[in-house]
Amino acid sequence: MWSLGNIAHSIDVWLNQTFSPALALLIEFVIVGTMAISLFAVLGLVLVFMERKVSAYMQIRVGPNRVGPKGMFQTFADTIKLLLKEGLTPTGSDKFLFNLAPVIAIISAMLLLAPIAFAKDFQMWDLNIGVLYVSAISSVAVISILMAGWSSNNKYSLLGAMRSGAQIVSYELSAGLSILAIIVLVGSLKMTDIVASQETGWWLFKGHIPALIAFVIFIIAATAETNRAPFDLAEAESELTAGFHTEYSGMRFALFFLAEYVNIFIVCAIGATLFLGGWMPFHIGQWTAFNHVMDFIPSSLWFFGKTFFLIFLIMWFRWTFPRLRVDQLLNLEWKYLLPISMFNLLLATAIAILGWHF
Amino acid sequence: MLEEVSAVDQGDMIINIGPQHPSTHGVLQLVVTLNGETIKKVEPHLGFIHRSIEKMCESLTYRQFIYVTSRMDYLSSHINNHGCALCVEKGMQIEIPDRAKVIRVLMDELTRIASHELWWGAMAMDLGAFTPFFLSFRERETITDIMEDTCGARLTMNYIVPGGVMAELHPDFQKKVKAFIKLFREKADQYNELVTGNIIFQSRMKNVGVLSKEDAISYGCTGPTARGSGVNCDIRKLYPYEIYDQLKFDEVIETGCDSFSRYLVRVKEMYQSISIIEQLIDNIPEGDFQAKTKAVLKLPKGEFYTRVETARGELGVYIVSEGATTPYRIKFRSPGFSNLSALNHMAKGGKIGDLVAMMGTLDLVIPDIDR
Repeated sequence: MWSLGNIAHSIDVWLNQTFSPALALLIEFVIVGTMAISLFAVLGLVLVFMERKVSAYMQIRVGPNRVGPKGMFQTFADTIKLLLKEGLTPTGSDKFLFNLAPVIAIISAMLLLAPIAFAKDFQMWDLNIGVLYVSAISSVAVISILMAGWSSNNKYSLLGAMRSGAQIVSYELSAGLSILAIIVLVGSLKMTDIVASQETGWWLFKGHIPALIAFVIFIIAATAETNRAPFDLAEAESELTAGFHTEYSGMRFALFFLAEYVNIFIVCAIGATLFLGGWMPFHIGQWTAFNHVMDFIPSSLWFFGKTFFLIFLIMWFRWTFPRLRVDQLLNLEWKYLLPISMFNLLLATAIAILGWHF
Repeated sequence: MLEEVSAVDQGDMIINIGPQHPSTHGVLQLVVTLNGETIKKVEPHLGFIHRSIEKMCESLTYRQFIYVTSRMDYLSSHINNHGCALCVEKGMQIEIPDRAKVIRVLMDELTRIASHELWWGAMAMDLGAFTPFFLSFRERETITDIMEDTCGARLTMNYIVPGGVMAELHPDFQKKVKAFIKLFREKADQYNELVTGNIIFQSRMKNVGVLSKEDAISYGCTGPTARGSGVNCDIRKLYPYEIYDQLKFDEVIETGCDSFSRYLVRVKEMYQSISIIEQLIDNIPEGDFQAKTKAVLKLPKGEFYTRVETARGELGVYIVSEGATTPYRIKFRSPGFSNLSALNHMAKGGKIGDLVAMMGTLDLVIPDIDR
């Protein structure tokens, strides 16, 4: 059947037949790298446009509708504007760190694309510690935020960065624990194994109550980790003007902006992989006929559909809820989410040992 | 406000909020002393939008000066005009026709709702929820449309003249107001569900910015700010003007003393205003909309003071007349100035996020504070 996996495989076969294996590998690296960067750019454009349209829909507005059909090229125009803008470096700032921070933000976001399975047999790097890798790399992002806040020599930036440091470090705990609940059920950290284990049904439905609790906690923690409202304390427009990126302008600001949106995509992709089966079509246990019909929908569509559904959910939060206060934010994590997810992990373990899941 | 900046302890940070800041809603500068995220002191610096309106009024005639006051508290400009006109009428002892009284009160209450609608949206935006701002502007738009029909302007109505109102009501006035009441009743419950009932919203507001009854009185707070602390201070009840003594409405008082009770006062006041409008809209008496007055008004020698309840609190108009065509001296007692003075007391010990919420519940309009 025609699929992304097959195309990738046939390109690989052709390259290996035509060139020496080392050269073929090099060419594949270049192709994958180019595709990662272009996916990055496309994601940024699509998600920004989506956010503007979703918010407009929720706020009884029309949203961008001037540039291109239905305003689709609005984000291109914005990008061109940002590229042409002067990137100011404030006097008194630590110039090296100030310029380094957005680069680290973007690199950490880019590295996270590696273990994600976009479709059946279509993955950059199926490493055996996939999920662990994701949570490890995503904590690098906080360094870039702290760096940006500190080096800007601006008090608003500093406050935003400190808030964000406390927030991301704490919410990583419950995000990690909720991921662990699924890992316990699957028994592997590898992305392909996680997806394959959901052939008879997604973990959200198979995993009883623990999976459900883990999913809710994961969504909350993911919102917090990507600094989105109601947890957007690092930016907190009405309090800190723009938080950690107050002093950034031009392309360096755009890099932060892009990194934020790609991070949203990645946490939603991880959430979709763990709880909603990744590229796995909607299967119900032994209903082979039904499962077969579902298989006709391409796996990439399943993956992107689920991911964008979660992204929509997170955007929905943003345009509905007011922002939490910094102490309430930490209370929520340390007093509620963390104990619940710890208990949840025990529950998941018990269910996995007793084999109660479907 | 004039006290010296105290010596800054080690580790404290002084941060300027404003005059260009998204949540000061105007050119207000707050110099905030912070210890980490905790506020130690808030010092408001005023004067960025001082236009010396009181001095300007001294060179304008009694017919003209009323319209300058639209630019003080621009969100309740009609009520400002009303207060000034009442003062001139008191001095000249002009009897106002009943129709003019009812029209004035109707417009007052519409203005109050429009002002509270805008405050509601801005309040939610200060707390980080953007959507309510757009929703509240939809309803406010209906009111400004009604105003535009009758007064010819949407924000600074300038509809009141000494002795009545400037023009006859638009033929569609009653129909449009009734449509608005229907719309408001439909939407307000949804909005309460979206914002008032939200748990994040409540936890951000409850037990934050506590202003006790005694403090509210000693800082001279008025309006919803003081009524949120249980102070009985509605001028419409205490010193009724026009026809407020014949109307049935409650003075909304909450005794929570925190941001949330100040919020609730304003929300409930909108419902009270709606009920006042409902009582009046079908009972507008026939007759003149303006009393016959002399072409040139000259207030007798003496001092005159009137007060009205604007959307933000008590507006006092004090005129000293030497018997000329222009006032000798005018002083406005604006509600925003006194309400702002309580900010430092309320904000101490809170977080920066709280400060923004408190400023929201004070409902500050900076040109009203500075004049």
